[in-house]
Amino acid sequence: MKPPPFTYVDPTGLSEATALLAAHGDEAKLLAGGQSLVPLLNMRLAQPAVLIDLNRVAELNYLREESRDGRPGIAIGAMTRHRSIERDSAVTDRLPLLREAIGWVGHPQIRNRGTVGGSIAHADPAAELPLVLVALDGVATVRSERGTRTVPAAEFFLYTFTPALEADEVLAEVWLPLPSPGTGQAFVEVARRHGDFALVSTAVSLTVTAQGRCADARIAVGGAAPVPMRARAAEAGLAGEDPDDTRLREAARVAAGEMEPTSDVHADARYRRDVAETLVYRALAAAGRRARSDA
Amino acid sequence: MDTARRIQVTVNGTTVESEVPVRLLLSDFLRGTLGLTGTHVGCEHGVCGCCTVLLDGEPVRSCLLFAVQTHGRAIRTVEGLAPDGALHPLQAAFREEHALQCGFCTPGFLMTLIPFMDENPAPSEEEIRAALSGNLCRCTGYQNIVRAVRRAGEHLTGNIPATAEERR
Amino acid sequence: MSTRWFGQPVRRNEDERFLTGKGRYVDDLQPAATLHAAVLRSAVAHGRITHLDVEAARQLEGVLAVWTWQDLGDVWRPSPMVVPNEALIHPRTQYPLARDKVNYVGEAVAFVVATDRYIAEDACDLIEVEYEILPAVIDLENAVAGDTLVHEDVPNNVAATLTQQVGDIERAIAEADHVFTERLYIERSAAQPMETRAIVAQWDSAERVLTMWDTTQAPLSIRNGLAVLLGLPENSVRVVAPDVGGGFGVKIMMFYPEEVLVPLAAMRLGQPVKWAEDRREHLIASNHERGQMHEASIAVRSDGTILGVKDIFLHDAGAYTPYGIVVPIVTATQLPGPYRIRNYFSESRTVYTNKVPVTPYRGAGRPHGCYVMERLIDRVARELEMDRAEIRFKNMIGPDEFPWDVGLTFQDGAPTRYDSGNYPAGLQLALDRIDYAGFRELQERRRREGRYVGLGMASYVEGTGIGPYEGAHVRVDGTAQRVVVATCVGTQGQGHETSFAQIVADELGVRPDQVEITTGDSRSMNWGSGTYASRSAVVTGNAIGAASHAVREKAVALAAELFEANPADIELRDERIFVAGSPDSGLPIWDIAVVANPIRYAYGTQAARAIALLKQRQGPPLPEGTEPGLEARKYFSPEQATFASGNHAVIVEVDPETGIVTILRYVAVHDCGNVINPMIVEGQVHGGVAQGIGGSFYERLVYDADGQPLSTTFMDYLIPTAMEVPNIEVDHLETPSPLNPLGIKGAGEAGVIPVPALMAQALEDALGPWGVRVTEMPLNPGQIRALVRDAETRATAAEDTR
Repeated sequence: MKPPPFTYVDPTGLSEATALLAAHGDEAKLLAGGQSLVPLLNMRLAQPAVLIDLNRVAELNYLREESRDGRPGIAIGAMTRHRSIERDSAVTDRLPLLREAIGWVGHPQIRNRGTVGGSIAHADPAAELPLVLVALDGVATVRSERGTRTVPAAEFFLYTFTPALEADEVLAEVWLPLPSPGTGQAFVEVARRHGDFALVSTAVSLTVTAQGRCADARIAVGGAAPVPMRARAAEAGLAGEDPDDTRLREAARVAAGEMEPTSDVHADARYRRDVAETLVYRALAAAGRRARSDA
Repeated sequence: MDTARRIQVTVNGTTVESEVPVRLLLSDFLRGTLGLTGTHVGCEHGVCGCCTVLLDGEPVRSCLLFAVQTHGRAIRTVEGLAPDGALHPLQAAFREEHALQCGFCTPGFLMTLIPFMDENPAPSEEEIRAALSGNLCRCTGYQNIVRAVRRAGEHLTGNIPATAEERR
Repeated sequence: MSTRWFGQPVRRNEDERFLTGKGRYVDDLQPAATLHAAVLRSAVAHGRITHLDVEAARQLEGVLAVWTWQDLGDVWRPSPMVVPNEALIHPRTQYPLARDKVNYVGEAVAFVVATDRYIAEDACDLIEVEYEILPAVIDLENAVAGDTLVHEDVPNNVAATLTQQVGDIERAIAEADHVFTERLYIERSAAQPMETRAIVAQWDSAERVLTMWDTTQAPLSIRNGLAVLLGLPENSVRVVAPDVGGGFGVKIMMFYPEEVLVPLAAMRLGQPVKWAEDRREHLIASNHERGQMHEASIAVRSDGTILGVKDIFLHDAGAYTPYGIVVPIVTATQLPGPYRIRNYFSESRTVYTNKVPVTPYRGAGRPHGCYVMERLIDRVARELEMDRAEIRFKNMIGPDEFPWDVGLTFQDGAPTRYDSGNYPAGLQLALDRIDYAGFRELQERRRREGRYVGLGMASYVEGTGIGPYEGAHVRVDGTAQRVVVATCVGTQGQGHETSFAQIVADELGVRPDQVEITTGDSRSMNWGSGTYASRSAVVTGNAIGAASHAVREKAVALAAELFEANPADIELRDERIFVAGSPDSGLPIWDIAVVANPIRYAYGTQAARAIALLKQRQGPPLPEGTEPGLEARKYFSPEQATFASGNHAVIVEVDPETGIVTILRYVAVHDCGNVINPMIVEGQVHGGVAQGIGGSFYERLVYDADGQPLSTTFMDYLIPTAMEVPNIEVDHLETPSPLNPLGIKGAGEAGVIPVPALMAQALEDALGPWGVRVTEMPLNPGQIRALVRDAETRATAAEDTR
């Protein structure tokens, strides 16, 4: 399983990278951590003429607190390794959903090389980071020679393995908002083995007011549709209500009804929908408990 | 925009220079070009962990890296663990606990475990198993590998239980 | 003779090189100017090749050869029928390259040799091939309906129908109080050692010698077959299996196509040629196993006594039958297990399908047999409301009932006659270890907490150590001060370099680390078969024992003469040979080895001193009937298999909402007779159980309706990791074998045999409140969840109709 021939270039800056994409976009692939792309190359399922290696673009490797439109948040450069996030407790303490999700990403060797940008741009609906982005309504920043644009999470994933990126564009950064006080978050996943891609996963966030009412409910489900999806009807059902056990179970049932799961060698659609309901309930229950202790 | 490149890499402390095709995988560079066949290839898609080496001290799958990506970096392979012949405590523990049978996955486990043990001198069984979850073994069922890690940990911290029974 | 080493957990001789990255696996070998091969494989499961053009591939820079079947000449013929059988009326073996037709995805169509593997794969991409796609035969029941044929001249796709029977099953069924029937399925899985296959071949045109390094488990068989195929004398062909990274059965064939193509290329191109299989190739073109479908019935009295068993099954052979019907024979003969089954009828049909061929994989048919028998017993226990341990004890052959003749013919053609064992003791030990007595209460407690735990148990008997024979050559090297031993079974991780050394060490009074064992080199030992069927310790072990013993006798005779003592008073210990009672007198065994070679001059001063002793002898330096040196070659040929056994128990927890299973405890009681090295045997059990867990919950080779394999990477075919395999508590029982001098029984396959059976039982036990029935293995979380959900639906429907 050896990769097919390609020409290789490793720019050291973002503008060099976008210039290369402008020239070769259609026949090029971007190499980030390589944990998803190199297997495809070795299996010859991808045969780009040009491989643009981003690993020397140091300006894309950062993790910092940054507010956007008055909301506090974390900005993550696309070439930030999963491992850096795992190790940075200053960040992960502020964003528990991200910390919980990162632990589910593959294995330590994968996290040493894999990047946030690579994972999100790969757009696997069963992957953890795209789900977190969608759950929190994060924002992707995309760069090309034509300029910079921002893409809200809800618009970033078009279909399985298909992000909203043109051939000449590179995902440069994702921004995730920090949770407001009174928020509990949870990430729950079912996989065949530890470290495998999820059969079904869910990332939830519940903000509960001092009066015990739900001010913000976010339910994102992965592996249950061609893209990571938000269970909007289920969320609406919780808004303004007391998120007691009955309501959480109902929200889970509604969320399961909103899925469009598919079947593959690992699980069929019926199972995914079925388990989604269980997982959403369990995640909401955990998030609810954490919200109450954070209040 | 190259199809071949001249690279300079430090491997087990020795700097080597070589002209390599850009698509040459690091695993093939180590095994074929440098003749360091201790690193093994089990799947070439990043699942089995047999090809694990240390890149600037961190375990990575060498089948998912191109040799050209390691220019200017330092790599450590299993051959670099016991250069003078004396076994590293982890290697000795593997032998003591029968943590290898065919030996094919063993270098990958060793290279995964060396940095793990540096960071976790007294890991629990759960922590050890989670750390090993990215390496496949088909012969041992992992149990003796876990025991070897605990035994090596005891050596490295000087915390050796009084009797064999305590260890079980 | 001391037994200082036999039975000890001696640390392994082979470990140092593996730990330091100095192992020599086939792909590590890189003779100068080696070329690299790749194989173009069929992308369709069943089709006629309508167009095959290799010209563009041949033109690619760096490519030295691209072959189709027409380039192979005389060598293009079907590979031999390795294990013929009367019942196998339609055997089919594979050609090295397909001609008009392909019969499975992965079948070899063309062969490329280039300067490196990257270019060889580029060349494969340039080969133009078109197929007229034919309907694929995938499902076993459809296959025997025969509407589509894999091989045009094999009606109903049935290669063999094999019937074995004991007693009168129809009468037993007629007389029974109850007859229960189950339909049971085991799906395909495969060995998947961490090292895939590889071959390096080198032709020395001056010496006219072909050397081939091959990951095979049977170097001598390959040597013998290649010599015939290539028209070379046997001693012009040397086959070496160096360090091999796991075998488990998949590396034993004669031939895989590459085992013919690679040496042919080396001979024709005049340079060494290497082929190193990648994992995707291994998953789609190296042999599979495990697919069977059973309809089994058990006839019992109301008190649970088994009167008889009837089993009709279909065995998925894949597209060819290179190994004959060994696997279904083993299933049929091992199904009765440790139970008294006086009336038994087994009928199997071996069925061709458009999938990878099936040859033995660890267990080799026993897991299927154990699964069926244990599921039947579980059904009886449930229907008669009997305790599942009690019904097993009731029907088990007792320790005083040996030899027990099952009444069938085993895979080696000899009777299936159990020689020794204590099955009830083994089961009791397993149940005590897992605390079967206290389990009901634990289960109730957990259910009150909303958690679902279940216990499973299963027992098996395993025929091991079959012939035809193995040989060993033992020689004491006086100058190097080592004992040098050669056999030709291969080694793939079983620790032969240590366990065999322990046998020698006991006989000759040396340490195991002073004994060098060479396995797997056809040059060092000319006669033998291979490593398979849990036979190496028994057959090779006893050959080594016999050869070492012969060497010992010679040393004793020589020492007795030198010391003018009675041979009965001579001892060997701590490298010395001496008259009993005075260990400080006597000589190092190394000196005796020198003395045993009466050459006029000696090598080294110590040897010179020893040689001086000889000058006092009378008669010819080499007495009539003796040979120089301390050396012997002996063979061991067992009359029949020797039967090992085991009893496993497990406690699992099942999450009924997600179908995820966690193994809480696993106990394995194991009887392989006298144990050479308990550490090695335990390791074998651990590894076998891990593969069994894979075959219960994770590993399944899936084909779609067109015969496309869907499990082509390790992301689809899931090998259990350290998170899925628990600690396995192993206990030994030792009922020595009366059938060989060392009293050994085989251990290689044991761990895997009962696992699917006991997991099925444990799942049913855990999900007892839902009344689920497990008839299929492996099961993924979706299937387990579906069992629960369907049971809930049935329960709801039943309520609605009230």
